[in-house]
Amino acid sequence: MEETKQNVTINKAWKLMEDVYDPEIPVLSIIDLGIVRDIQLSNDAIEIFITPTYSGCPVMDVISMNIRIALTENGFKKIKITQQLSPAWTTDWMIENGKEKLKAYGITPPIGKSFDKKYLEELKVECPHCHSLNTKLISQFGSTACKALYQCNDCLEPFDYFKCH
Amino acid sequence: MENNLFNYTLHLADNSLTMGHRLSEWTGHGPMLEQDIAISNIALDLIGQSRNFYQYAAALKDDSVTEDLLAYLRDAREFKNLLITEIPNGDWAKTIMKLFLFSTYQFCFYQKLIDSSDKQLAAIAEKSLKEVTYHVRWSSEWVIRLGDGTEESNKRIKLAMEEVWPFTGEMFQPAEYESLLINNRISVDVSEIKNDWMGRVKSVLEEATLSYPEDKNTWMQTGGKNGIHTEHLGYLLAEMQFLQRAYPGCEW
Ligand SMILES: [Zn+2]
Repeated sequence: MEETKQNVTINKAWKLMEDVYDPEIPVLSIIDLGIVRDIQLSNDAIEIFITPTYSGCPVMDVISMNIRIALTENGFKKIKITQQLSPAWTTDWMIENGKEKLKAYGITPPIGKSFDKKYLEELKVECPHCHSLNTKLISQFGSTACKALYQCNDCLEPFDYFKCH
Repeated sequence: MENNLFNYTLHLADNSLTMGHRLSEWTGHGPMLEQDIAISNIALDLIGQSRNFYQYAAALKDDSVTEDLLAYLRDAREFKNLLITEIPNGDWAKTIMKLFLFSTYQFCFYQKLIDSSDKQLAAIAEKSLKEVTYHVRWSSEWVIRLGDGTEESNKRIKLAMEEVWPFTGEMFQPAEYESLLINNRISVDVSEIKNDWMGRVKSVLEEATLSYPEDKNTWMQTGGKNGIHTEHLGYLLAEMQFLQRAYPGCEW
């Protein structure tokens, strides 16, 4: 009985995390990104384990604050947010649904798995505007550390590619 | 033992912070917008890595020690960074050469630190390695572009090599606090990663039509790991630490 009640609370917290968004890519929730690694409940305190995407990612503090707000607004009192570095975040944790949303937003989602090392070779990156594969890398670092800047050779539009990591 | 771990963690933090700060000096001054953004992003990665190390170092001490205090309120003599991270940027070629030699070092180094018996250092290494992989790739491409480019770019990258090379010896000479942590597998034995580093550096230089300086008699600068710095670090800290020193405890 007690255990079920705990599960309900934990599931409620997971559900709430679906409405906490990355301020820099506002179409993705922290669940889509795979930032939330675990949620635990002990002695009425809820503990959220999150992992930073990049070491210098400036939005982690904002995300922590938004998690706190979402939980507080929904009746949680004792909240602990723990940043966990290992295992290191990878784009493989981004859920498929998140990749679709990213594409619809105009950012090409990561291609392949990070561990096959393909992310360091030349890739065929699809233009999110006209779907052409005839694109070129402008810079490995785009508007943020997690993105590279590409340009489409067909429609000539520049676009962001979310790098494999 | 405990103090050795603290000093070692500071050494790693200071490396990333000073290099990150130097690179950030290019923000708004890059040769073109895309490269300005790239180098600023690399700077941000490095400063992020240093935060992870400073937070860990602070956690090893009592509550009065914070990451801000370690980064912003220590004097030059207490910094333990490699000298290569503090020397001025010079032109684009020199900045690229510094970053290339240093990132390749970090790449080889973090590959070993991942196996540290200290779980937190291993975790930071795992996280940092992914980022450094991109730094190595980006700076290698630039070394090749400049070396195998125009007469002017080749001249400049060669000069950069001559200027930066004497700062590479220190990477592979352990400080005392570092040596004392090797036996219990906390620290990386840096003398063991030299061959890996040399191989990687050589192959990029070759592609850039540059030669690897084989001369064993080159005078190598040392001291950084033990707090003996060039005069440049003082100026760097004066700017970087200004805010915390003028407005102690300031946050935003
Ligand atoms: Zn297109």
